[in-house]
Amino acid sequence: MKNTYIGQAWLVILLSLSFGAALATVQSALNPKIEENRLQDTIGQIPNLVPGAASGDAETIGEHVVYRARDEQGEQVGWVLPASGQGFADKISLLVGVDKEVTRITGLYILDQKETPGLGNRIVEDDWRRQFVDRPLAKRLTLVKAAASAEDEIQGVTGATISSESVVGIVNAAVAQLRVDLSGQGSK
Amino acid sequence: MNKEGPTSLERFIGGILPENPIYRQILGMCPTLAVTNSMEGAMTMAGAVMFVLVCSNILISLIRHLLKPHLRILVFTLTIATFVTIADRFLAAYMYDMSKQLGPYIPLIIVNCVIIARCEICASKQGVFTAISDAVGQSLGFGLGLASIATVREILGFGTWFGQWLGWRVIPVTAPEHWSTWVVMILPPGAFITLGLLMGAVNWIAESRSRKVA
Repeated sequence: MKNTYIGQAWLVILLSLSFGAALATVQSALNPKIEENRLQDTIGQIPNLVPGAASGDAETIGEHVVYRARDEQGEQVGWVLPASGQGFADKISLLVGVDKEVTRITGLYILDQKETPGLGNRIVEDDWRRQFVDRPLAKRLTLVKAAASAEDEIQGVTGATISSESVVGIVNAAVAQLRVDLSGQGSK
Repeated sequence: MNKEGPTSLERFIGGILPENPIYRQILGMCPTLAVTNSMEGAMTMAGAVMFVLVCSNILISLIRHLLKPHLRILVFTLTIATFVTIADRFLAAYMYDMSKQLGPYIPLIIVNCVIIARCEICASKQGVFTAISDAVGQSLGFGLGLASIATVREILGFGTWFGQWLGWRVIPVTAPEHWSTWVVMILPPGAFITLGLLMGAVNWIAESRSRKVA
């Protein structure tokens, strides 16, 4: 018994199972609260993402949740798209603000990321995110390493090409998805 | 079964100053350098480390007779990772802003050597009560170390303490404007400068004391 695999490893197996169960309990107990915090964070960001917006409300178009950004009179002034994708270390969640006609980006905000501190996590900095503001959406955005020279180019964070690429990719995908969802809705 | 080791009281006091994790053992340098530009961040980190350290020490101490020598590090890591994940989820649920501000540094507590060192040195060899006092002492020492660095950095960098305006400045307002807050203190170099100077001061005090005794 002492020298079998089970004899050696039973404690590790037992601990793994009970820790797994404990974590599942914690996750299912706290997740609604965490999601609620994220929602509040999202709603609170809408005025910063779409110029002139005062608030917004969630709506499901196609199969995706988007936020209609509204000004103080309740008129729609733009869209805020929650989107996420794989970054370098973990999932990156972000919000993209676009104008009502989906022609320009009006803002970008990183909700959650666990990129490398000092390199990849610089994607949250204002200076980098500000590059996205006012970019036309006619073409997909591309990432460049040198200073951006064309309207559809975004300069990556030095030393964090993968993180920067993920953000650009997530933004492109989110905008494309909104177009698909909107045209699907229009034809109905 | 207990081998003779330091008593609970010795463990507790040892962690705070004589064996301070930051200044004497030079462990846990990642959070020490990364989250000490504000007192709020530093104290949240200290609290999370205390939770993880106390829980891990209790559990490891309870199962210490079952541990196989060649699997012990695996069990330590598994235990620590579990409690860190609980702490991380808890912060995301109840202290969302702080959790966002600390970002990856909370999950990174898993690799904080202070904790695995205490599991190895104390909890896997001594009883539960000793393990708890060891964990509390070490985390108080860790918190004290973080607080000392964060105090210097936040006061010089932002002119505040715990986010509160102090009502006075270390550097007079009449000084040129770009002197009044030292941005370098908020940025990573400020952490290295502060830690280096404070560690030098601690060593200098310790040395001049031991000279007096001799």
